[in-house]
Amino acid sequence: MERNELKTKILALLERNARISTKEIAERLACEEALIAALIDELEKSHVIMGYSAIVSDLANSSEVLAIIEVEVQPERDTGFDKIAERLGKFPEVRSVYLVSGRYDLRLEVVGSSLQEIASFVAAKLSCQNGVKSTATYFMLKKYKEAGITLNGGGEENERLKIVP
Amino acid sequence: MNASRSCRSWVAPHIAALPRSGIRDFFELVNAMDDVVSLGIGEPDFVTPWHIREAAIYALDKGVTHYTSNLGDIRLRKAICRYVKERFGGDYDPKGECIVTVGVSEGLDILLRAVLSPGDEVLYPSPSYVSYGPTIQMCHAEPVPVETRAEHDFVVQVSDLEAKTTPKTRVLLLNYPNNPTGATLTAADKAALADFAIRHDLLVVSDEIYEELSYVDRSPSIASLPGMKERTVLLNGFSKAFAMTGFRIAYACSTNDIIEAMMKVHQYSIMCASSMVQAAALEALQNGAAGRDEMLEEYRQRRNVIVKRLNDMGLNCFMPNGAFYVFPCIRSTGLDSMTFAKRLLQEQHVAVVPGTAFGACGEGFVRCSYASSIADIETAMDRIETFIASLRKG
Ligand SMILES: Cc1ncc(COP(=O)(O)O)c(C=O)c1O
Repeated sequence: MERNELKTKILALLERNARISTKEIAERLACEEALIAALIDELEKSHVIMGYSAIVSDLANSSEVLAIIEVEVQPERDTGFDKIAERLGKFPEVRSVYLVSGRYDLRLEVVGSSLQEIASFVAAKLSCQNGVKSTATYFMLKKYKEAGITLNGGGEENERLKIVP
Repeated sequence: MNASRSCRSWVAPHIAALPRSGIRDFFELVNAMDDVVSLGIGEPDFVTPWHIREAAIYALDKGVTHYTSNLGDIRLRKAICRYVKERFGGDYDPKGECIVTVGVSEGLDILLRAVLSPGDEVLYPSPSYVSYGPTIQMCHAEPVPVETRAEHDFVVQVSDLEAKTTPKTRVLLLNYPNNPTGATLTAADKAALADFAIRHDLLVVSDEIYEELSYVDRSPSIASLPGMKERTVLLNGFSKAFAMTGFRIAYACSTNDIIEAMMKVHQYSIMCASSMVQAAALEALQNGAAGRDEMLEEYRQRRNVIVKRLNDMGLNCFMPNGAFYVFPCIRSTGLDSMTFAKRLLQEQHVAVVPGTAFGACGEGFVRCSYASSIADIETAMDRIETFIASLRKG
């Protein structure tokens, strides 16, 4: 298999399970573990892989509050949306930043320990940034599905007979 | 086997004579066990992709609850013929050369009933899918299993077929990619088999239910080779490719003559395949490619894992190019297939199917299905390794 095809398959496996071992990846793709390790290294160094994280459900009992914030901004000459997006991304409360098509421009995911904390972040930090024209904040109430994974497997049974010739 | 004289048996002799599946006891043993890791399951572990299930629900919502045409909804037949042409090769007219069946199981049954007369002989490679022999016998015809061997990666050899051909031979029943061995045919194999069928004027029945589970570039169906359409029935279905076993839906393509004859049997015994299921099948053909290919990639990776582990522990098997089965040789353990399977089950709680379930020449082999999660496959392999180590010590 050629390297790029291998990389695509490695990424697909890691996106599904970030804790998969290089050994298992090597066995699945029928190649040497050393090659897989080297390719993952390349993917990390070239920032294709930005990091690894766990997908945590609401059952974790954390008091964390999550909000989606739509931000309308004034793009700048030459840099467009990039500069301001990068600047907003520097706040540690901001977990993700996307430029989106549609009614607004940037979509932020913001975490805080309480509603008030996020409210004050929006009022005191976000809205008064240069170039930010307006914001709309949506607090997340309950998580049903994330990163392709459904809480409780969506209640599906998927039972099979134990043996089928 | 016969009822005692005093108690009359109502069962027809040819049904009474059907083998009471030699491994039913083994199956019962497996079913009675709670914590078994099973590599004995010949169906996808994936639940049917949601969009296909949703199409069935939507069909119910809309009131698609009536009989369809006996041959099946014409929209589905059109989609099937288009799909067959694009994916397998072969030109069929949806109006009279294609019939929608309740699984390949029904397709095979109505076909054999349509073409076989008592005493006709049917050649088929063995080991084989368990239904073949009995389905032939239910037509009062003679099953003629033809042994295939590990040295040929279980591809049937024309010379072996020749040796079993008689003036009564009428049908050659093929199943590649194969259950239970995972064997597949190259273009040259197909050409040789086509030539054999033409020379002996045989009808070829090609059960290609695992064709979409092919891990190498595949060659066109034997049905599409020159001179073969008029003597071939192509059987395929949705069970394996789209993980739709419980839906019970499949199809057959052949000449108008044969499809007409199959339709008669189908019409009088089944009427038609269930209508909301036909709607789901149409959805699978129209929008199911991505889901199908994703499952295929997962099977491919599991195959790599299981084949390496089995060979590493000395249970030799070739790298199968299709289906989701491996068929390792267990002779090095000194056990026969049934003893191996029973002891593995009792001592390590892992289920595999003894090769003899698929024909006498499956002795010395077991079938492992990799339609199970990698975690289950790894656990099963660890346990089989422990089992084999304990045999060597003992
Ligand atoms: C070779 C073969 N043919 C036919 C069938 C039956 O398929 P269906 O679900 O379409 O009846 C199976 C199922 O395991 C099979 O392995």
